[in-house]
Amino acid sequence: MKIAVCVKQVPDTWAEKKLRSDDSTLDREAADGVMNELDEYAVEEALKLQEAHGGEITIITMGPERAGETVRKALSMGADAAVHLVDDSLHGSDALATSYALATILTGRDFDLVFFGSESTDARMSVVPAMVAERLGVAQLTFAQKVDVDGTSVTIQRVTDYGFETVVANMPAVVSVVEKINEPRYPSFKGIMAAKKKPVETLSTVDAGLEGSQLGLAAAWTVVEDFAARPPKAAGTIVTDEGDGGVKLAEFLATQKFI
Amino acid sequence: MKWDEDPQHDDLRSGVRQICAGFPGSYWRGLEPDTYPAQFVDAITQAGFLSALIPEVYGGGGATLTEASVILEEISASGGNPGACHAQMYVMGTVLRHGSVEQKLQYLPEIAAGRLRLQAFGVTEPGAGSETTRISTRAEKVAGGWRINGQKIWTSRARYSDLMLLLARTTPYEECAKPTEGLSTFLVDMRNAEGITINPIKTMINHSTTEVFFDNVVIPDAALVGEVGKGFRYILDGMNAERILIAAECIGDGRYLLEKAVDYANQRIVFDRQIGSNQGVQFPLAKAYAQLRAADLVRFDAAAKYDAGSPCASEANMAKLLASDASWAAANAAMDTHGGFGFAVEYDIERKFRETRLYQVAPINNNLVLAYLGQHALGLPKSY
Ligand SMILES: Cc1cc2nc3c(=O)[nH]c(=O)nc-3n(C[C@H](O)[C@H](O)[C@H](O)COP(=O)(O)OP(=O)(O)OC[C@H]3O[C@@H](n4cnc5c(N)ncnc54)[C@H](O)[C@@H]3O)c2cc1C
Ligand SMILES: Cc1cc2nc3c(=O)[nH]c(=O)nc-3n(C[C@H](O)[C@H](O)[C@H](O)COP(=O)(O)OP(=O)(O)OC[C@H]3O[C@@H](n4cnc5c(N)ncnc54)[C@H](O)[C@@H]3O)c2cc1C
Repeated sequence: MKIAVCVKQVPDTWAEKKLRSDDSTLDREAADGVMNELDEYAVEEALKLQEAHGGEITIITMGPERAGETVRKALSMGADAAVHLVDDSLHGSDALATSYALATILTGRDFDLVFFGSESTDARMSVVPAMVAERLGVAQLTFAQKVDVDGTSVTIQRVTDYGFETVVANMPAVVSVVEKINEPRYPSFKGIMAAKKKPVETLSTVDAGLEGSQLGLAAAWTVVEDFAARPPKAAGTIVTDEGDGGVKLAEFLATQKFI
Repeated sequence: MKWDEDPQHDDLRSGVRQICAGFPGSYWRGLEPDTYPAQFVDAITQAGFLSALIPEVYGGGGATLTEASVILEEISASGGNPGACHAQMYVMGTVLRHGSVEQKLQYLPEIAAGRLRLQAFGVTEPGAGSETTRISTRAEKVAGGWRINGQKIWTSRARYSDLMLLLARTTPYEECAKPTEGLSTFLVDMRNAEGITINPIKTMINHSTTEVFFDNVVIPDAALVGEVGKGFRYILDGMNAERILIAAECIGDGRYLLEKAVDYANQRIVFDRQIGSNQGVQFPLAKAYAQLRAADLVRFDAAAKYDAGSPCASEANMAKLLASDASWAAANAAMDTHGGFGFAVEYDIERKFRETRLYQVAPINNNLVLAYLGQHALGLPKSY
């Protein structure tokens, strides 16, 4: 089985995120980069399927040079090879451009399954997996909390607000995972050492056959007009209970139109 | 704060860090005064870091000493105490270099897989510390094996180890032409040896150290490592690796202490300004930083020479001396910076302060390091 996992490097989840004043994009230098947490679950799920069914796992990432750290982390967890799309012209790419780039790289590589995290912790659009599936013209199985492969079909439990749906599709297919699905492994010493020797194909947009006009900030379909820091927390209203606390609370909620 | 800049080690460092993140300061504090960090040792063993130095053919990681030292450094830099498990890294070297093929095949894959623990190293005795050749624990030849009688002290982790590398006299001191002769090393399987009594010693750090009594303990011929009478040389062979690894632990301690102290100095306001803006606070930290960086260079130099198979005894000794002095300087600066809070257990400063102090004394006292350098690096008369 040939599996691809799309992973994204994001600013450390706990770091304060900043936007750049010049072009309103995320300041990726301001914080340490880490693998998007949900993508670790995607890598883990791919490794589990590989353990059960054999095959090969390729990591795909689009991001600046330092996203190479994230690639190596995925390789040290056990993936076999990687493709890293890195090009200055990608800066500011939106979800459409990201999905265009990823889908182009995936095309022709004959993957049976393409794993994604269900959202990134920085932009949190949660659309790239669906867009990539659409561009590839394959089934999209999103928000999976369980994945089973049987012959040529893949079955997932898709998390919904009320429980889960069982969704079945023929492969090739796109699967995005939620954190309930597994417990990602730590890279082992041997894994870390072996990762240094695994093949990483570094592509520019030209190498990947991408059209420049569809990429980067200029091509984005949405524009950040303005932004401001979150205002400091206001003092809030304190309701003192002098036997009539419940009434006061209800009155307050009513004035705020909560009830 | 800048430390080792070799990007070669980035992934290794973050790999170790990721495991250590599951064992924060509260975990280590909770073990005080004398609980063994079994969970931590388990996790770091399962991920293959403790068997990094075992060659790949025996199921280990095939690491260089430089890489192994980075592993231990990162454990201490994260606030943990690698003293709970570092011996597995260097004790194994004696078996690897001098053990028989059968011993290597029997033990190394089991150690690499985490099924067998080689954490105990029995050299020091009540009457023989720095002067190792004075040990009196005897191993006498009997049919099919050896009978051991005597006492060891400061045998750390003996209760949490399956095997012990033991140095014993096979020929009494008086009967040897040279004091360094007549000593032999044995790999004692403590799980099925009868006559061993292990008593914990209470110490100022959580180090699971013990005294071990051997009362007519009979071990098989196969337990002898290498040749009879050459044990002292075998132990010495492992010293350079041990010194370099200890130096790296000290560098990690120093990093941890300085990072905490700098944070605190930047935050704590006294007399309406950050205490870090006072040179009386800043300079000791800056000085400790410079000492640590310098020691770190000597440590990497020593490790590179070791990995290249070049002589490195002076460098290994200097690395241990400089790094343990530097981490102690960092410990004192961190203590002073934290004022009264340095004494509060919950800040972990006093714990690291105690832990890093050990390395001026053990595994070799810094005085003996200086004596070595005086004699061998400078050509002065032997002073011990
Ligand atoms: C401050 C800020 C400003 C932005 N400005 C704009 C803007 O002006 N216009 C605009 O259209 N968009 C903008 N974006 C969104 C940005 O374009 C998204 O980061 C990008 O489209 C990917 O979407 P996502 O990260 O939300 O993906 P999601 O759909 O949340 O990610 C899901 C999964 O897709 C995969 N994935 C996502 N990205 C990659 C990648 N690069 N490489 C490999 N796999 C990947 C991963 O598996 C991930 O788990 C902005 C984002 C931020 C944070
Ligand atoms: C927590 C802990 C764990 C340990 N773990 C182990 C272990 O696992 N296995 C093991 O075998 N040992 C272990 N040791 C023992 C350690 O190696 C010894 O403590 C160390 O070698 C010093 O020996 P000593 O304590 O007998 O000091 P001594 O040799 O008695 O020396 C006392 C002092 O005199 C000084 N001195 C002696 N001679 C000279 C001289 N000629 N010139 C200058 N100064 C001199 C020394 O430097 C020292 O300051 C451990 C010790 C401790 C405290």
